[in-house]
Amino acid sequence: MAKILMKGNEAIGAAAIKAGCKYFFGYPITPQNELPEFMSRELHKVGGCFVQAESEVSAINMVYGAAGAGARVMTSSSSPGIALKQEGISYIAGAELPCVIVNISRGGPGLGGIQPAQSDYFQSTRGGGNGDYRLLVFAPASLQEAVDCTMEAFDLADYYRNPVMVIGDGMIGQMMEPIEFNEPVKRELPEKDWATVGTKGARKPNIINSLALDPAELEKHNIKLQAKYKEMEENEVRYEMYNMEDAEVVMVSYGTTARIVKNAIAALKEEGINVGLIRPITLWPFPHKAFEEIPATTKALLSVEMSMGQMIDDVKIASSGRWPVHFYGRSGGMIPTPDAIANKVKEILGGAR
Amino acid sequence: MAVVFQRTNGLTEKPFHYCPGCTHGVIHRLVGEVLEELGVLGDTIGVAPVGCSVLAYDYFNCDMHEAAHGRAPAVATGIKRVHPDKVVFTYQGDGDLASIGTAEIIHVAHRAEKITTIFVNNAIYGMTGGQMAPTTLIGQKATTSPYGRDAAHSGMPLRVSEMMATITGAVFVERVSVDTPANIRKTKKAIKKAFEIQLEGKGFGIVEILSTCPTNWGLTPTESLTWLQENMIPYYPLGNFRTPEEAK
Amino acid sequence: MAKARGKVAFKEDLCKGCELCTTVCPVNIIEMDRTRINIKGYHPATVKEMDKCIGCANCATICPDVVITVEREMDK
Repeated sequence: MAKILMKGNEAIGAAAIKAGCKYFFGYPITPQNELPEFMSRELHKVGGCFVQAESEVSAINMVYGAAGAGARVMTSSSSPGIALKQEGISYIAGAELPCVIVNISRGGPGLGGIQPAQSDYFQSTRGGGNGDYRLLVFAPASLQEAVDCTMEAFDLADYYRNPVMVIGDGMIGQMMEPIEFNEPVKRELPEKDWATVGTKGARKPNIINSLALDPAELEKHNIKLQAKYKEMEENEVRYEMYNMEDAEVVMVSYGTTARIVKNAIAALKEEGINVGLIRPITLWPFPHKAFEEIPATTKALLSVEMSMGQMIDDVKIASSGRWPVHFYGRSGGMIPTPDAIANKVKEILGGAR
Repeated sequence: MAVVFQRTNGLTEKPFHYCPGCTHGVIHRLVGEVLEELGVLGDTIGVAPVGCSVLAYDYFNCDMHEAAHGRAPAVATGIKRVHPDKVVFTYQGDGDLASIGTAEIIHVAHRAEKITTIFVNNAIYGMTGGQMAPTTLIGQKATTSPYGRDAAHSGMPLRVSEMMATITGAVFVERVSVDTPANIRKTKKAIKKAFEIQLEGKGFGIVEILSTCPTNWGLTPTESLTWLQENMIPYYPLGNFRTPEEAK
Repeated sequence: MAKARGKVAFKEDLCKGCELCTTVCPVNIIEMDRTRINIKGYHPATVKEMDKCIGCANCATICPDVVITVEREMDK
């Protein structure tokens, strides 16, 4: 199939529909509005349904109901809207239901701004809502990757019976790039025999629930969830390693920031400084094993983020004290420049050579 | 002799956990009876709330979904949009529906979702230990209105049915009570009507049922029914506020 | 005029002793059995003079715990 040029938000919507998503519940917030708008135009054409909810809280609870009823369902929002959805996300994770949540994030805290930011790393990977649960979190760096991740997200959600998040920023949401829709690798997906579709008088009632008043029962449920998360950590980690050979410094960066980092790497190369990149594609599970492939030449790590330093916590955990971990970040919608990143690398290496 | 009253197949065999004399049990039974009589048990999905009836999913003999506090109408919307041919209902108390879930209940009606809501109003938060609800009456003592509810401090009790009747999509709105056998029979009729209206695809229906909470009111079950009659019915008048004919 | 005869059966183990059934019986035949406690620890409701029952089902209608089954027939 020939590549087509699409805007990020619409490409994600189109990918979802290609992946069999039939239901979308959302609420307007910038910079993700083209996604629900696209769904409102397109879903009915495939026999699905779009509903604009009265709030993000309601939207995610509609997702909860639809997911429990056995549907492929999605919602999208942006940072403060995702904060409102955390109640429902925790319930969905607790009740072990599949759904896809898109966060086209923006600067915070509070109402913040609408420009690109990566300050939702904690919100995405540290639970966000209450309880011991995890989301699979994809952070694509291009529209093609956003499309691929979105399409696979629905299979992964069904496979693990767990919410999957795709996180981008205003750049991913708003820019146009050529894309194509590729079928994800086929997975054996379990029958949704737990869904609320009516008993037809032929079986005992199905109950979708996240309540367990008996502590022993709740602990057992948590142990079961952890086993599932462990399986995700073993099988679903995605990352890119770039220019790692003889790297003096290894940068760790994801999403659109990683593209800027690649420009900085090219500029540094011209000056004779070899710098590598570990680019997590899944923020959770975090690609700890990538750090085992860091070459002996590496003197330091540098976490580059559009935040005041959030992913750096995971970089430090992954580095296990083997390398000093530095940070460079911009926030509030300010985007790092390749020059500024390159200068930070030089500073780490003891100034210009 | 013919059996004229027995346990409905609309309920599971599980005994209710409710306190002695709590009218949740009566209302559960009526919903179960109606679903059985309409022959829709196998095609029904119920949504349980947070509150005393949080465990309602164990009692109704149909598929059930337990929602977050106040969110039952949103969860029900998700289910109904996926299965427009199924019967979907929410069962909610007054803390759940009239406080934390006001946005959800208004907008489920605003969208005219073909859903039925059973709203149990006992003028107090039961499960959490008797705190003041938006429906708590003036002068009524609760653990967070220890001197009695004061209008200057907490406003006047919220009349949900009257509010819902202003929304075009709420095609059936009726307030009933379970204080006497005659009123219980009327309650069943209202519940049946609300479900029939859903089956006819006419819009959203809500039945507000005045109910008791002997434990948190600090009264015996019998005294509680008298208290309901003397205090709740005068402020929350019984009757139909909306029918599909009017809603046209 | 035809007269109704009824019979009620109580699933005593479900009774929580709330006494609501005793307040709605038109022939006043339901009372709490103060001599016994059931599995839940309550004095269960019971009927002493079943022959007076008219099978109106008021007791079963107000019972919150679905304790009561009612049978009825009309005398010719």
